[in-house]
Amino acid sequence: MRITSDEILHVAALARLSLSDEEVTDVSKHFETMLKYVDKLNGLDTEGVDAMSHPIDLPTALREDEVTTSRSESHIRKIMDNAPNTRQDFFRVPKIVE
Amino acid sequence: MSLHTLTINEAQTKLRLGEISAVELVNAVLTRIDATNPYLGSYLSTNHDQALDQAMEVDKVIREGGDLEALSGIPVALKDVILVEGMQATAGSKILQEFIAPYDATVTERLKRSGAIIIGKLNCDEFAMGSSNENSAYGVCRNPWDTERVAGGSSGGSAVSVAADQACASLGTDTGGSIRLPAAFCGIVGLKPTYGRVSRFGVIAYASSLDQVGPCTKTVRDSAILLTAIAGHDTRDSTSVNRPSPDYTQFIDRGVDGLRVGVPREYFVDGLQEDVKRAINRAILQLKGFGAEIVDISMPHTEYAIATYYVIATAEASSNLARYDGVRYGYRAKDVKDIATMYLETRANGFGDEVKRRIMLGTFVLSAGYYDAYYLKAQKVRALVRGDFEEAFKTCDFMLAPVSPTTAFRIGERIDDPLTMYLSDVYTTAVNLAGLPALSVPCGFDQQNLPIGLQLIGQPFQEETIFRAGYTFERNNDYYESRPPL
Repeated sequence: MRITSDEILHVAALARLSLSDEEVTDVSKHFETMLKYVDKLNGLDTEGVDAMSHPIDLPTALREDEVTTSRSESHIRKIMDNAPNTRQDFFRVPKIVE
Repeated sequence: MSLHTLTINEAQTKLRLGEISAVELVNAVLTRIDATNPYLGSYLSTNHDQALDQAMEVDKVIREGGDLEALSGIPVALKDVILVEGMQATAGSKILQEFIAPYDATVTERLKRSGAIIIGKLNCDEFAMGSSNENSAYGVCRNPWDTERVAGGSSGGSAVSVAADQACASLGTDTGGSIRLPAAFCGIVGLKPTYGRVSRFGVIAYASSLDQVGPCTKTVRDSAILLTAIAGHDTRDSTSVNRPSPDYTQFIDRGVDGLRVGVPREYFVDGLQEDVKRAINRAILQLKGFGAEIVDISMPHTEYAIATYYVIATAEASSNLARYDGVRYGYRAKDVKDIATMYLETRANGFGDEVKRRIMLGTFVLSAGYYDAYYLKAQKVRALVRGDFEEAFKTCDFMLAPVSPTTAFRIGERIDDPLTMYLSDVYTTAVNLAGLPALSVPCGFDQQNLPIGLQLIGQPFQEETIFRAGYTFERNNDYYESRPPL
């Protein structure tokens, strides 16, 4: 199936990816090949088949809603050390709301 | 004695007998890494000083007659998607170039608790997406049997470090074949455990319903030793199964007499390299000779496995990789005018081409208007693929198959043709879709002296059965003694 350039740019926006013209062409070709390959799934009769989201049938693991001690200061430091831009223990980013 | 060539089992014995010291063992491995890593590209970082310190601690315990843990003094390396506190974790990507893990993955904790010495972090395809280790932002990982050829992926570094004796053992991850394929290409033993057998806490996620951490080792016994150390329930991974985890070495030498081996006829069609077919057929005859009953089975949905995998895995990946936004960690694009541009450029600059392709495909199949036709459909076909295995396991105890249609291909040969690259996974992806355990064991060499892997696929949580079969096969051949010509 043919996916238009506009559709590719729409998907890129959803994925928060900016693509160059070359990349749009590359992705377009890739989609064409892959979707043609994936379209063979449509030939299969899956009437009455339950969608399988997981290999094991596990109930959702729940725990008691209890307050536990938060991580140590040194652990917080390790996390903040990885941050590109911080102020105190906040992550700084360009202004979001005008 | 070349200490770097020792298996875990051999090293355990020699350490306890005082024949070798932990410092000698670790030094031998570090020396080997220094000598071979420049052209193999398997290690991304090493833990040199800490490793030697830990080795000295182990030697002190031995001298004082104290108790050793199962893996005390054993040098183990980890794929760079597995977190080791204080060490880098790049996932083979630029977007995590300077990221230092703030905590240990559960598997790391368990290895440390067993006394293992973490020797370094290993190269892999970016975010575990690839079949050749050509998609790493940190260079290609080369096959030690022929350095013009790929190591296999995505856990290329994990397989190479073991094949080249740059570690006693390593951990990799397998989502669509990423442990088994490089294990086969490099001539070592690789295990993908049952989904839920090993905790994924602290492992950088690619596809959450498919990923599993597993051992890469020189022998089947070593694989069982390592699985025993890392397996088991973890409350921090809600997909880990609360089921007792045994000593997997206990019944490893029970043989295969009376076991029924299923051979899926759809796995033996066109495209299978002649040498590979011959090696697998020879293995089947051998197992028959050891008392196994060979059963012909059919897996009618085999041809749909790759398509199903690439819809589901890319969809899950598009969700898992949404967190790489430059806000809290990793690379952030500079001089951006607003937050939207920050996201777009961070991800555009930080991700490699294959990762972007898969995020795009994954986002597409989940998007409004296409979700039912692609993602939902694939989930239903996934149920059919699992159904094939359930049906087949009514008549056999485990299955035997190739790991890959070919032996290691040349670097650069398939990189421009993603679909051909994806087809390397034809025998491995169905196993991940069904969540089953599978073991790759060396079973021969092709005419160019490249290793061939035999795949043993087990029923859920029946790793013991495939270990038994793998061990029997391994000990009745001598492939485990072969070493690449380095």
